[in-house]
Amino acid sequence: MNFWNDPLKVAAAWLEGIFTGWGMDAVLAHVLVVFLGVFLLITILMVLDIFLVWIERKVVARFQDRIGPNRVGPYGLIQPFADIIKLIIKEDTTPDGADKVVYNLAPILSMMSVLILWAVVPLAPVMLGIDLNVGVLFLIAAGAIGTLSIIMAGWSSNNKFAMIGGFRQVAVMVAFEVPMLAMLMIPTIFAGSMNMNAIIEAQNVWFFFISPLAALIFLIAAIAELGRAPFDLAEGESELVAGFNIEYSGMKFGMFYAGELLHAFTFGGFWAILFFGGYRFFGLEQVSPFLAILILVIKAMLGYWVIMWVKYTMMRIRIDQMLGFNWKFLTPLSFALVLVTALMNTLLRGADSWLFVTGMFLSNVVVGWIALEIARSVARKERERVEGVKAVEAHH
Amino acid sequence: MNEWLYVALFIVVGMIIPIGAIAAGFIFGPKKPNPIKQSTYECGIEPVGEAWIQFKAQYYIFALVFLVFDVEAVFLFPWAVKLGQLGLYAVMEGIVFVGILVVGLVYTWRKGMLEWV
Repeated sequence: MNFWNDPLKVAAAWLEGIFTGWGMDAVLAHVLVVFLGVFLLITILMVLDIFLVWIERKVVARFQDRIGPNRVGPYGLIQPFADIIKLIIKEDTTPDGADKVVYNLAPILSMMSVLILWAVVPLAPVMLGIDLNVGVLFLIAAGAIGTLSIIMAGWSSNNKFAMIGGFRQVAVMVAFEVPMLAMLMIPTIFAGSMNMNAIIEAQNVWFFFISPLAALIFLIAAIAELGRAPFDLAEGESELVAGFNIEYSGMKFGMFYAGELLHAFTFGGFWAILFFGGYRFFGLEQVSPFLAILILVIKAMLGYWVIMWVKYTMMRIRIDQMLGFNWKFLTPLSFALVLVTALMNTLLRGADSWLFVTGMFLSNVVVGWIALEIARSVARKERERVEGVKAVEAHH
Repeated sequence: MNEWLYVALFIVVGMIIPIGAIAAGFIFGPKKPNPIKQSTYECGIEPVGEAWIQFKAQYYIFALVFLVFDVEAVFLFPWAVKLGQLGLYAVMEGIVFVGILVVGLVYTWRKGMLEWV
């Protein structure tokens, strides 16, 4: 066991040796080491978050045919640090009549809900984070805290725009939690476990190739959970000014902003873990844990890039369209997909790997095609009905 | 049980860091409140009335349907975990279970409750 093969255990053993050498209790030393590890991971995430601000601004600039930050430091890399200093020296205002406890707790919970998601992320074969056997459910539970923080911010600000933003976020959560849960069932079925690491271990073939439709629906639900365009109803700059975070200033606003970016990156990471093999890439992850982390970060960045791509290409949809899209299309489709996957999984058990993958892939394509055909024919009927009504009115 | 202790550690550290950042803002930022600055923002005009009014949550029925499906998903997860070891019978049971709920969804739909009013 050397440092390059298992850096975490070596470092932990070394630190525990030092602490017990100081006459510390062994259990206490262990907890202290874990605490330091958690602190290190979260600090790295916060530093990464600072660069995510830069990445997001650069990418949105490219999508909109601009250059983006390019003045402060090389390629504008120092820009986010300047932004942080500005946020810190801004006045921290609390609006009249706000519910102070809830108002101040909301930005903290917003950031915390994202950070604790990383507890279950397996970074490398030897760095599993916390190896929870209900990792998938943990993802949902921690995500719900993020939604809750938005609702808290919207309600406690004593502002009408914020209030409407909070209400809309409830509608989004009510709509997209169900397809998300259903789509988390599909990796669970394939892996036979809710453990994140077991799901990665089971991906000799990436689950994306076994169930592309599930990956797509998961991405849609994840974007809705993030509250990003086209589902950024809670923020809705053009209608609600800034929605739920309208009354926040200074670092409290910064926490919402940074939390949203890190949340998007984190969901890119979970997309990679659930459907793109996480840290695995043709056995490269066995070479060194550092390489495995690099692979995971690259995959998460690609997922994050897709989420940004959607955000800066799509228009915001209306709340009734959002609820209709989910309840009349996505929820029936995702449950149909879960049942078809379960059926195919049982029928193809013991079959060759290539047969399993091909069968699953084709069943996904068929389910998606049937769903689109039904939606298309319903839309055609609706269009004919509306046009018929118009024709009759014109006739009169 | 040990693992959940680590989750608690994550929650603690995950709260300390944002609290630290906000505290830094509180320490270094100016504190000059005045009534106009503290008033809530309504596009530059004087705020009219309260924000905490009775609000018509049009998605009330959606929320009820959501609750049913959310609980259903909790029941389905153990089924999904053990599906690899169970036979076709378990799949059929799953189909029946989801089918009953889909009938409920169709009923809600036909009653016109999934329309935005």
